[in-house]
Amino acid sequence: MSSIYERAPNLAEENFNSALAHRLEHIWQTEPGLAGWLSTVDHKKIGIRYIVTAFIFLIIGGVEALIFRVQLAQPALSFLSPETYDQLFSMHGITMIFLYALPILSGFSNYLWPLLFGARDMALPRLNAFSYWVYLFAGIFMYAGFAVGKGANDGWFNYVPYALRPFNGGPNIDFYALGMVFLGISTTVGAINFIVTFFRMRAPGMSIDRVPVMTWGTLTASVANVFAVPSVSLAFFLLWMDRNFATHFYDVTSGGQPLLWQHLFWMFAHPWVYVVVLPAMGMVSEGLPVFCRRPLVGYAPVALSTVATMILGFGVWVHHMFATGLPVISLSFFSAASIIIAVPSAVAVFAWIATIWTGRPVFTTAFLFFAGFVFLFVLGGVSGFMTASVPVDWQLTDTYFVVAHLHYVLIGINVFPVVGALYYWFPKMKGRFLDERLGRWNFWVMFIGFNLGFFPMHISGLLGMPRRIYTYAPNMGWDTLNLITTLGSFLFAIGVLLLLVNVAISLRRGRAAGPNPWDAATLEWLTPSPPPSYNFAVIPTVASRHPLWEDRLKESEDRTVSSKGLVLDHGRENVGTDPLDAQPDIILKMPGDSFAPFLLSLCLTGLFVGLFVHSWTLTILSLVAGTASVIGWLWPERALGETAEPADV
Amino acid sequence: MSEAILKRPLPVGAIDTRASGWWAMIFVVCTEGALFGYLLFSYYYFAVQAHSIGYFPPGGPPSLTLALPDTVILLLSSVAVSWAQLNIKHNDKRHLVMGLGIGAVLGIVFLVVQYLEWAQKQFTISSHPYGSLYFTITGFHMAHVAVGVIALLTLALWSGMGYFNCVRYAHIHIGALYWHFVDAVWLAVFFTFYITPRLT
Repeated sequence: MSSIYERAPNLAEENFNSALAHRLEHIWQTEPGLAGWLSTVDHKKIGIRYIVTAFIFLIIGGVEALIFRVQLAQPALSFLSPETYDQLFSMHGITMIFLYALPILSGFSNYLWPLLFGARDMALPRLNAFSYWVYLFAGIFMYAGFAVGKGANDGWFNYVPYALRPFNGGPNIDFYALGMVFLGISTTVGAINFIVTFFRMRAPGMSIDRVPVMTWGTLTASVANVFAVPSVSLAFFLLWMDRNFATHFYDVTSGGQPLLWQHLFWMFAHPWVYVVVLPAMGMVSEGLPVFCRRPLVGYAPVALSTVATMILGFGVWVHHMFATGLPVISLSFFSAASIIIAVPSAVAVFAWIATIWTGRPVFTTAFLFFAGFVFLFVLGGVSGFMTASVPVDWQLTDTYFVVAHLHYVLIGINVFPVVGALYYWFPKMKGRFLDERLGRWNFWVMFIGFNLGFFPMHISGLLGMPRRIYTYAPNMGWDTLNLITTLGSFLFAIGVLLLLVNVAISLRRGRAAGPNPWDAATLEWLTPSPPPSYNFAVIPTVASRHPLWEDRLKESEDRTVSSKGLVLDHGRENVGTDPLDAQPDIILKMPGDSFAPFLLSLCLTGLFVGLFVHSWTLTILSLVAGTASVIGWLWPERALGETAEPADV
Repeated sequence: MSEAILKRPLPVGAIDTRASGWWAMIFVVCTEGALFGYLLFSYYYFAVQAHSIGYFPPGGPPSLTLALPDTVILLLSSVAVSWAQLNIKHNDKRHLVMGLGIGAVLGIVFLVVQYLEWAQKQFTISSHPYGSLYFTITGFHMAHVAVGVIALLTLALWSGMGYFNCVRYAHIHIGALYWHFVDAVWLAVFFTFYITPRLT
C-alpha cells in the first residue's frame, strides 16, 4: 500500500515564528476579499460571525421590548394597536429564544472549542460554515414577515387553534412555521459538529476526564438538540400543512388534537431551556475559577450534574401544560420531576460558591458578571421551583410571575454569562482588553436595571396581571409596578449600550493583551492573541485538566508539552483521537475553504421561499440545485484522502 | 503520553469508522430516528384518544397486499447494499457497483409500489386526521427513500469511476449506514400502520 494511506507523523519543536508556522499560515489562511468571505471555513471567523449576528438579533429583540414597555408603562395607553403589540411581543420572544440565545453560545463554542482542544478547526469545517449561513438566512426569513407588517403574532409558543388559518388568516404564522423548520437545520448540523468535534478532535492526552469543563455544557446541549429539534420542526411542519393543505392534525372541528401541538412543542422547548443555559453555565465554570485563582471546585460533580440536568430536562415538559386538564397522575409525575431537577442545579451553584469562597477572587468585570449570574440563577431557580408545584402553577400560570421567572432564567443564566465571557475572551479574539472602568459601569447598570425591571413582575404576577395583554385598566393595582418595570428595562438597555460602546472603543484603543492576559489554565491561552489561522504550530500533548497551571498545582509529575508535538503539514491536517483516552488514531485531512456551504444555503432559502409562496417550480428547482450542491460538496477528493490511488484500482 | 505513541504510523484521510463523516452520519441517523419517533408519537396520540371521530383507522386495518411484499423488497435492498459493502472490503469493485445498483433499483421499486398503494386509498390527506397522518408519515418515509436512492446511485457512479478500494471505502459505509436506517425505520412505520390496528 502506498504511503498516501498511512504515515508516521513528524514530531518537532516549533513555535509561532518558525518556518513551519509561516507555511501553516499559508495553508490555513482564508483568501482576502469577497470570495474568501463567502467561502471561509475558519472556525474563528465563523464563531465571531455567530456572535455578531446574535448580538444584532439581541439588539433588535431588545428594541422591540422597549417599544412595548412604553405601551405598558401606564394603564390604558394607545401607543400601540393590539395587532402591532401582538407582533412585537411574539417577535421579541422568537428573536431572543431562537435567534439570540443559542446562536450566541454556538458562536463562543465555535470560536473556542478547537483552541480549547488543541485542534486546528472543528471536525466538520464546511458543515460549520453551512450552519452559520442557514442560521442567518432563516433569521432573515422569519423577519421578512415582520418587515412587511406580517410577523408572527401568536407568541413564541404559538398555540393552536389561534395559529390556524381560520383564526389567523394572514401569512404571519407561515413565516414563523417555515422559518423554524429552516432554522432547525442549522441547529441540528451545528449540534452534530460539536458532538463529533468533542469525540474526535481533542489533542493527544486530553482524555475524557481532562476536557475543559465548559465543553460539557455545549456537548450536553448538542446531544439534546439532536433528539429534541425534530420535535419542533415536525410540530411547525404539521401546522404549516394544516394551514396550507387542509390536513387535520390540530384542527379540533375535524377531529384534530390541539394538545398535540403543545406536546410536540414543549417536548422540544423544555430541553431547549437547558440548551440555552447549560453552555452558558459551562462558560462560567471555565472563567469564574480563573478569577478565583484556583481550579473549579468539583469538576466531576459539575460535569455530571450538567448531563443529569439535561436527562431530567427531557421528562418535565408537561409542567408547561399543568392548566390543560391532563390527568392528575401525569401532573404529579411531571411536578416531581420538575422539582427534582433543582438538585443537579444546586450542585453546580454550590460548586461555584465554593470556588469563590475558597479562592482569592479578583474583582474584574468578567468576575462580576459571573458572580452576578450565580445570584440571578438562584432567584430564577427558586421561582421555577415554585411553579413546578401544580397548585402554585395553577395560580400563577400565564401571569407576569412566569414572565419574571423566564427572564431571570434567560437573562440571568444566558445574557450575564455571555457578557462575562465576552470580557474574558475578548482579549483572545481581538488582542485587546475591554475597558475595565467602563466595564464596572456596564455591569452595575445592567445588574440594577435588570432587577429593577424584572423583579416587580413577580409581584404584578402575584397580583394577577396576565401576560401578553396589550394594555390594562387603571386601579388594578398594577400601575406603579409597570412603570418601574418600564424604567428598569430602559436602564437595562443603557447597560447593554455601555457594552457596545466599550466594544467600539476597545477595538481601536483597548490595552494590548498578550497570549495569556488572565494567567488562565486552558490551551487557548497558549496561542497569540488573536490566534493565527492554523491555531497551533504543533499539536500539543496534554497531561492534565489544567495544562497551563501544572507547575503550580503539582498534581502529578506529568507535564503538558506545547512546544514539541505533531507537525501535520501536508495540507490542512489534524490528528483524530479516540473518544475516551485521546490516543491518536488517524490523520484527518481537513477541507479547505469552499463555496458549497453558501450555495447549499441559498438553495435551501429558495426551497423555503418556494414552499412559502406555493411556487412548485421554484421548490423543485431549488431541490435539484441543492442536490447538485450536496453531491459537489461530498465529491470524493484526492487531496482530502477520500479516493483510492489510480495505481491501486 | 509518550513520544513513542505519537510517532506510531497512522492512517491518513477518510478511513473506515474513523472518518469524521462516519461519526456525523451516526448522529444524522439519531436525529432522523428521533424525527420518526415524533411522527409515530403523533400517530399513537391520535390512536389512543377516546374521542377520535369514528373507528381508527377508518374502515379497519389497512390491507397488507401491497405493503407486505413492499417491506420484503426494502429489506432485500439492504441485503444488496450489505453485499456491496462486503465486496469493497475484498476490493471487488464490479460487485460493489452491482450491489449498490441493485439496492437503488429495489428502492425505486419500493417507491413505485408505495405510490400504487397511495393511489388505491379511498381517502386523501385532508379527509380526516388518519388520512393526514397516513400520507404525511409515509410521505416522510418515501422522501427519505428517495434521498437514499440518489445517494446509492451517486455512490455507484463514484465506484464506477474507481474512487474506492479496500482501504478507501468510508463513503460507501456512510451512505450504506443511512440506507440501512431508512429500511429499519420503515419497519417501525409498517408495524405502526399495518400491525398495531390488528392487535386490538
